[in-house]
Amino acid sequence: MKRNVNIKSMKYEDFNDNEYIEQMLKELRENGTNVLVGCLDDVIEWGRSNSLWPLTFATSCCGIEFMAIGAARYDFARFGFEVARASPRQADFIMVAGTITNKMAPVLRRLYDQMADPKYVVATGGCAISGGPFQKSYHVVNGVDKIIPVDVYIPGCPPRPEAMLYGLMQLQRKVKAQRFLGGVNKGISEKEYEKLMSQDTNKAEDNREYDESGLA
Amino acid sequence: MFDFGIWTSWIHTQLTSLMPEGLAIFLECVAVGICLLLLYVVIAIIMIYMERKVCAAFQCRLGPMRVGPWGSIQVICDVFKMLTKEIITIRHSDKFLYNLAPYLVILASVLAFACIPVSRGLEILDFNVGVMFFMAASSIGVVGILLAGWSSNNKFSLIGAMRSGAQMISYELSIGISILTVIVLTDTMQFSEIVMRQADGWFIFKGHIPAVIAFIIYLIAGNAEVNRGPFDLPEAESELTAGYHTEYSGMHFGLFYVAEFVNLFIVSSIAATIFLGGWMPLHIPGLDGFNAVMDAIPGFIWFFAKAFFVVWLLMWIKWTFPRLRIDQILTLEWKYLVPIGLANLLLMVIVVVFKLHF
Amino acid sequence: MKERIAAIEPSAVWADAGDGMFRVPVSSFRNLAERLRNEEGFDFLRSLTGVDWGEEGLGCVYHLENTSTGENIVLGTSDPDRENASLPSVHDLWKAAGLNEREAYDFFGIKFIGHPDLRRLYLRDDWKGYPLRKDYDESLNPLNMENEEANDESPSYVMTKDGSYILKRHPLFEDQEYVINIGPQHPATHGVLRFRVSLEGEIIKKLDVHCGYIHRGIEKLCESMTYPQTLGFTDRLDYLGAMQNRHALCMCIEKALGLEVSERVQYIRTIMDELQRIDSHLLFIACLSQDMGALEVFFLGFRDREKVLDILEQTTGGRLIQTYNRIGGVQADIHPGFVKKVKEFISYMRPKLQEYHDIFTDNVIVRQRLTGTGILSREDAVSFGTTGGTGRASGWACDVRKRHPYAMYGKVDFKEIVLENGDCFDRYMVRVKEIEESMKIIEQLIDNIPEGEFLTRTKPVIKLPEGSWYSAVEGSRGEFGVYIESRGDKSPYRMKFRSTGLPLVSCIETISKEAKIADLIAIGGTLDYVVPDIDR
Repeated sequence: MKRNVNIKSMKYEDFNDNEYIEQMLKELRENGTNVLVGCLDDVIEWGRSNSLWPLTFATSCCGIEFMAIGAARYDFARFGFEVARASPRQADFIMVAGTITNKMAPVLRRLYDQMADPKYVVATGGCAISGGPFQKSYHVVNGVDKIIPVDVYIPGCPPRPEAMLYGLMQLQRKVKAQRFLGGVNKGISEKEYEKLMSQDTNKAEDNREYDESGLA
Repeated sequence: MFDFGIWTSWIHTQLTSLMPEGLAIFLECVAVGICLLLLYVVIAIIMIYMERKVCAAFQCRLGPMRVGPWGSIQVICDVFKMLTKEIITIRHSDKFLYNLAPYLVILASVLAFACIPVSRGLEILDFNVGVMFFMAASSIGVVGILLAGWSSNNKFSLIGAMRSGAQMISYELSIGISILTVIVLTDTMQFSEIVMRQADGWFIFKGHIPAVIAFIIYLIAGNAEVNRGPFDLPEAESELTAGYHTEYSGMHFGLFYVAEFVNLFIVSSIAATIFLGGWMPLHIPGLDGFNAVMDAIPGFIWFFAKAFFVVWLLMWIKWTFPRLRIDQILTLEWKYLVPIGLANLLLMVIVVVFKLHF
Repeated sequence: MKERIAAIEPSAVWADAGDGMFRVPVSSFRNLAERLRNEEGFDFLRSLTGVDWGEEGLGCVYHLENTSTGENIVLGTSDPDRENASLPSVHDLWKAAGLNEREAYDFFGIKFIGHPDLRRLYLRDDWKGYPLRKDYDESLNPLNMENEEANDESPSYVMTKDGSYILKRHPLFEDQEYVINIGPQHPATHGVLRFRVSLEGEIIKKLDVHCGYIHRGIEKLCESMTYPQTLGFTDRLDYLGAMQNRHALCMCIEKALGLEVSERVQYIRTIMDELQRIDSHLLFIACLSQDMGALEVFFLGFRDREKVLDILEQTTGGRLIQTYNRIGGVQADIHPGFVKKVKEFISYMRPKLQEYHDIFTDNVIVRQRLTGTGILSREDAVSFGTTGGTGRASGWACDVRKRHPYAMYGKVDFKEIVLENGDCFDRYMVRVKEIEESMKIIEQLIDNIPEGEFLTRTKPVIKLPEGSWYSAVEGSRGEFGVYIESRGDKSPYRMKFRSTGLPLVSCIETISKEAKIADLIAIGGTLDYVVPDIDR
């Protein structure tokens, strides 16, 4: 059997063109900021972007590919992603790998809230981006961006490990430019935060049982 | 063998000629403290980098590659990130103890770190009951861990803390017994003296059978003492998510993380000091040429080489062995290591009394 | 068989459409079930399917098997009262019914009288309506971002003397108990399963499983799709058994259509199934070792697994989700280099298995932790329906490849690995040995794949005749069955996937009692469930 396969898609060369964020960053820098503060910011952002620790979180198929990029052949440790933390407090980004259902949605939101700033979200695979093949289901959230802000989308069902690595590298680039782009997760002042915290506490008193159940 | 004591006493005389002695000593203390903390941080960074590279090598991977040559400044990135990460305050937690706990852990670690004789003349805390002091200082750490687990108001943390309490207090006994075995041979408790007496042969060779047994017990117990796999129950990632430090974020978690690695280094370096001759070069009686070559290598290189060899050994064990269960850990300690250790102590006494050692 | 059923219960009617089933009135169902279980020896409840039969009311279909004779029987029963449908519970006859009846209650609102713990299984407790009923209104349940409250009471319906029933509530956990939550986000639950565990020190006293964090409503979705479209979902159920799952659905539809597939297709499907099994078992070893803290073996498992994925990818184009089987054949012919690569892999894998034994199996800590923990007796295994490696480790020869041979399995020579102890170590060993058997099967087939068509063309829109069908394959972790009920439309009236994982999860509570937390992790690891397959 011989068949000619024609795939209409991006040209191979186009895949190399992923430096647009870096170029943008260069232009923005030329506009000039305070040299000292700028330098410090640069160092911090360099540190952050190269040391993104994922939360071990997976709901379905994409989770296996997430494990695969941690394993020997793809090895995301090369980029400094390797210290996968099981506790959301210590993780830097959450890789939403798999379908998020209605029952899981509050849990995911909670996990996201439990993470320490700065935190990032990567939506992996069709399900996390839009609901994927299960879009019409009665129990599936059509895209995690409805419940938490997303930084990078990695399409695929499931995405190949190479695609995931590419997506994670895009996240690194985004973190480097965070100062200019304004991370999606920012934008709340400390006072507002304190206020939110105190409101939350009142509410939590009612659900004390749940609060102490160690849902981490 | 170069004696760093010459430098230090020269600095001391220079300073006392310029200012009153009290002030000089104060300045020296500050300088030594800063040096100590710097060394502590450097060792931590080296250890974390080494851990990543060693485990990658065992796992057919490359480990960090992108930041700096061979990923060598990867850990610096982590430090910057940690420093700028939010520290979350937890509701319903005991705020004071919660914030205190990581500092207790790091304090114990730094105190124990100060006991290590790096090279001749480079001992910071060195007095006649140094071993006792080391044991006492290093066991403050368990208080920090218990407090961390208790104050976090998280059930996983609490279980982790209880596990670590049971484990660390048990294994301290074995560490004590195995060190005591060597002290029987050396009849001194001062670290610098212990090293000096190994000039004509390391204790692991001099004490032969009982020393080797004590060394093995020390490695097992030391591994358990620093909560490293296969004894990493207090953290037990697949059981308790992150154990006693589940609720800690940012630099507070960073302190736990750093303390864990430096504690590993401390355990290894004490093993190197007591059993493998510390900074003493390898001497084989009769081979003078060989001994002279060995003497040409500076003491601190000998020390670090031995310490990192032991570290590497422990890392190998960690990445290969599965975790034990809590009852197995306690069985191992109380039913095997302690009786064997005590019998071994007796054996060592017999060896020393009848002068059967080399 | 028909005579025997008629002798026991004359009111049972044989319905002949499809595979056929005995339709039993509700009033006599419990009696028939009891006699089948106790006198006729039908000890294995293969599948319990809730169905909305419209006018005939809500009901259930029970697939039973006698494990000593291999006889099969299908029973159907329904209650015409849609508002207050109630069926007698059979949880005391077959333990497998416990969670399955909760599932049917969750989806259809059928009240099982006498079930001790009739909570919702997948959906939230505050969910309104029953989604798999045909008249379910989707607008009832918008996305609810409120945190779910832990419900510590379990309702059950108890029959009173006058034939009505009353609702009783029992506490699940007492106030004084130390209850911890493991999951849904936990590194060792293999996905988003959640356990609530009551502890005394480190010892587990009670355990309560919560499913549904990845319940995607696949069965309901299938009802609005054409048959070829439904194929896509099977791969995403148990993604480590994608080939086998799809094989089961294709087989079921082909059986209903009366479609014969060529021998070449049978060969290819068998080889692919076995490759998938090796892939899954390697991942099992990897994950188990990771759960136990021996990270090195995790990487070895993944290293070797990539080799299998390379082979699959070359032919199918997918790594994890292959979408390869199709109704009447397979998507594409095998790659020209397929045979050579498979042989290379087998000669590579044989010596590598020894490496796993050296590092992991023979490690003293592994032996200590796995031997004697989480013992599942043979009776329990049959009663819970824990097929696959878990059942075989308990001494139950439950391999579908031997029980109901399909594809080429009747013609190849392989050994069914059956071990005796039923502890964690045996569950581990069964899978390691099965890798060898799978390689043996592949070796027998790989050299003589016959020439022929790889796909029998079918119409793009397939209509199945009226009736119901069930067919099963041996998935990577047990019997994966597909039940289709058709009303002659282009999409199924009811499609149910017999989950391989649900029985595995249902037996956790029994086998982890009095164990330690670390044992629970080892038990979970060796049971080898995949959560999306449980929740569907």
